[in-house]
This record gives sequence, C-alpha cells and structure tokens, in this order.
Amino acid sequence: MREARTGLWAAALLVYLFLYLPLAVVVVYSFNDSRLNAEWVGFTWRWYRVLLADEGMLHAAVNSILIALGASLVATVLGTMAGLAIHRYHLRVLPILVITPVAMPEILLGVSLLLFFIQVLHLTLGLVSVLIAHITFCVGFVAIVVRARLAGMDESIFEAARDLGATPWQVFRRVTLPLILPAVIAGALMSFTLSIDDFVITFFTAGVGVSTLPLQIYSMIKIAVTPEVNAVSTLLMLLTLAMILLAARFDRTVLRGRG
Amino acid sequence: MTRERLTRWLVAGPPFVFMVVFFVLPALIMVAASFRIPGEHGGLAPLHEHGAWQLTPETYAFFFSDFIYTEIFLKSFLVAALTTFLCILMAYPLALLITRVPKRFRDVMILLVVLPFASNFLIRVYAWMIILGPQGALSAAVNRVAGAFGLEPVALLFSPVAVVVGMVYVHLPFMVLPLYTNLEKHDPLLLDAAQDLGANAWQRFWRVTWSLSLPGVYAGSALVFIPVLGMFAVPDILGGTGDILIGNLIKEQFLGTRDWPFGSTLSIMLTLMVLASAALAMRLARRSLAHA
Repeated sequence: MREARTGLWAAALLVYLFLYLPLAVVVVYSFNDSRLNAEWVGFTWRWYRVLLADEGMLHAAVNSILIALGASLVATVLGTMAGLAIHRYHLRVLPILVITPVAMPEILLGVSLLLFFIQVLHLTLGLVSVLIAHITFCVGFVAIVVRARLAGMDESIFEAARDLGATPWQVFRRVTLPLILPAVIAGALMSFTLSIDDFVITFFTAGVGVSTLPLQIYSMIKIAVTPEVNAVSTLLMLLTLAMILLAARFDRTVLRGRG
Repeated sequence: MTRERLTRWLVAGPPFVFMVVFFVLPALIMVAASFRIPGEHGGLAPLHEHGAWQLTPETYAFFFSDFIYTEIFLKSFLVAALTTFLCILMAYPLALLITRVPKRFRDVMILLVVLPFASNFLIRVYAWMIILGPQGALSAAVNRVAGAFGLEPVALLFSPVAVVVGMVYVHLPFMVLPLYTNLEKHDPLLLDAAQDLGANAWQRFWRVTWSLSLPGVYAGSALVFIPVLGMFAVPDILGGTGDILIGNLIKEQFLGTRDWPFGSTLSIMLTLMVLASAALAMRLARRSLAHA
C-alpha cells in the first residue's frame, strides 16, 4: 500500500511539473536579456519597455478590454435569466441552446457566425461581430454557475415570499438576487476572463480591421517570436490569474468545473 | 395569458431568442451553405441565378472524391484518440492521489491543476515552442541520445509529436476534474471489503476502482476528444506543414481559398463526428453505470 502511494506521488509530481514548467519558462525568459529564448544571459526589464511602447499591442489591449466588458455585461444578464428559467421552469430546450456552443469545438461556432454575419446580416466584421460572438459562448457559463447556486437552495424561501404576496419582480429583487449574487458576480468575472482570452472564435469573427490581445499574440508567434511575447504573456497570466481567483472567492463552482 | 406564463416568457425569452438567432440560425445557414456553389471571388454564388435554384450536393461528392480529405479526418481522429489516451494516463494517478490525501489538501491540489489553465490558451501553446525549439535544452538532450545511437538529429518542434504534446497540455485539466469528481465519491469500504475477500492490489484497482470510475473516464474523454477533433491552433503553431488536421482544413476554406460551401461541408462532417463521439461517450457511461 505504501509503495503504491509513493508511486502515485511520483506520478502526480511529474504531472505538476508538466503543467508548470512551460509557463515558468515563458515567465523567466520575459526577463532574459537576449533576443533568443535559448539561454539565460542576464536580467532585464527591456521586453516590458518594448511592450509598453508597442502601439499595436496597446490598441489591441484596449479592444480586448472593451469587448470583454461588453460581452460579460450582456452575457451575465442573459445567462442569469437562462439559469433562473432553467431552474424554475424545468425547461428542456434552453439548457441545450446555452450549453451546446460551449461543448462544441470552437471553430464551428466561429465559422458559422462568420457566415451568418457576412451572408445574412451583411455586417462588416469588427468590434460588434466579436462582441456578439463572445456573448454567445459566455451565456452558457453564467447559466451553469447561477443554476448550480440555485440548485443548492431551499425552495421554501421563494414560496414563502410568494405566499406573502410578493410579485415575481419583488421575489427576484429582494430574495433571489441577493442569494444568487455571488454566483452572478463569479459568472461575470468568468465571462470577462473567457472573452479576453478567446482566440479561435475571435480569429474568425474579427475581420481584418480589429485586433485583440490574443490575435496580436498569434501574429507575433506566427511571424517573429521575440521575448516581447513572453512579457505580454506574463502580464496576461497575472491578470487572468487575479480574475479567476477573484471569481472563485465568490463562487467555488468556477474552480471545480462542475454544475 | 396568465401572469405565471408571462413571467416565464419574460425570463426565458431573451436568452432563448438570443441563442436561436446567434447559434441555431448560423448553424442552419451553414447547412444550407454546404449545398451552395462557391462565388467567383470566393464566398457564395447567388442562391437564385439563371432562373434556377443553385443548390447541389457536389461538395459532399468532392469530399469523397479525393482520399486526402478522408485521410485528414482519420488523422484528426487518431490524434484526438491518442491525446485522450495520454490524458487518461496522466490524469488518473493524479486524480486518484488527490482523493487519498487529507481533505484540507484536496482543494489546493485541484486548484493547482486548474491554475495553469487560467493563462491564455495561445501562451500555453507558445510555451511549448520555446521548450521544443531547436535552441531548447530538450532538443539538445534528445539529439545527444539520437547521436549516440548514430541517428540523424531530429526536430521536435513543427512535428506530429509537438502537436500531440500541445494537445495534451491544453486539455489535461478537462480529464482531471471529472475523474476526481467521480473518484471522490467512491466508498473506501469497498476496497477494504475486496481486500478481506482476498483481492490483491491490482485486482482491487482493476475490479473496484477502475470499473467504478468508468463514467468519469468517459466524461473526461468526451471533454478532451471533442475539442481536439476541431482544434486548428495547436497544429497551426506547433505542427509542420504536413500536420494539418480538420480544423486547419476548415480554416483554410474560410479564410484562405474562400471556398465557403466546401468549408461548410467540412464543418458539418466535423459536427457529425462530434455528435457521434458524444453519443458514444454517453452510451458507454450509461452502460457502465448500469453495471456498477
């Protein structure tokens, strides 16, 4: 039994190493005073200075933040409604509608929206198309978190409020919302993170005019890798890490990945 | 309309309408597009032209006319299967260990699995460009070994190996979480009972733990296998020119050659593959639950 346990620990440590080593390499090389990601030369802030002077990157960052704010706002409202409706009315179709875009390979949502925007809406691809696309895949995440929170609740609280003559809106505003608020905030933070991180769907719906951080990183990786990529990666890692931990403080469903 | 029904529509309506317009409708448009004719300058040709509807199943025939497309689908299937297998191999001992440490450590250990996942997807793929790159220590070590056996130096980056490594890296947490959720629920008394009945360590694992964990294995497999099937970015960044998968093929049709009908056909074939795998995983999981 003891040997089995040692074996498990050894295997687990290897997996953790596999998970963290690559990211550590990216962070370490962001401070390396060399144009190559090859050997350690010396410590420098140079790549961060290059990054801060990179106008394309800054512009992309602003776009990313604007899109993430808009997408998380709308997705949180729609997702909360969906979560409430699914829980309260035991709907069958709505869960499928909000979950499927999350469960399918992202490229399918990307290309079908590309077709739809150009062919049907005659929309010029840009901020608006990316925003809509991001809302589409964020709604499901919010709905899952909100619904999980509702599932753990005592139904009699809502019944009591109704019996005491509260209108549906009053029940929502005074009882339901305060109770599910942590899940709603967690869902909003999750949506923000998912949106700011998304590459595949943005890639298909952004067109040529608009760039976001992931698109900018992609073109740098494809064209010329410089340690500036490491620097922006390190900063982005810190940002998303903070967002995820913040979201987890409000609702643990975010971390456990289960409904 | 009763007040109850009105409330119901007010709550369920907006998300319902949004998802129908921006998810269901685009999907239907794509099905229709797969039967249309490519436009002269890419995109789609007009639907109604020369006094007739321009619809044809030609793109589907085209798909099967050249074996290369079937081959890419098979290759994607194999890459997805291999990635899933490697993820099970790595995630299982970890998930099992986490269920056997004291409760207060469990959340931290799970958190440590999820955290790398919080960094941007492209960054996680890019990290492997550095590690597998020709100037990296790993390449040097591998080629020293290869040299010792008198083999030609090999490139790790831009190879099928790099593609699979990247796929496993990006999807590993999807396997750990469902496995852990399942394993956590096992009653430790079952293992004691098996031991009392004379089962050795291997039998206890294989007959008790593994059989009971099958629903978790199938759930994790679906969560890894399905996204890998359609992934274009990993082969795009870590793979060589010969390592393209379905996703790359689809991307090429929409953004490169701009043959939208064929791109739509490929997307529909991918959707069918995804649906078949999801149905299979669900069936297997249900059957293993019935047996347990």
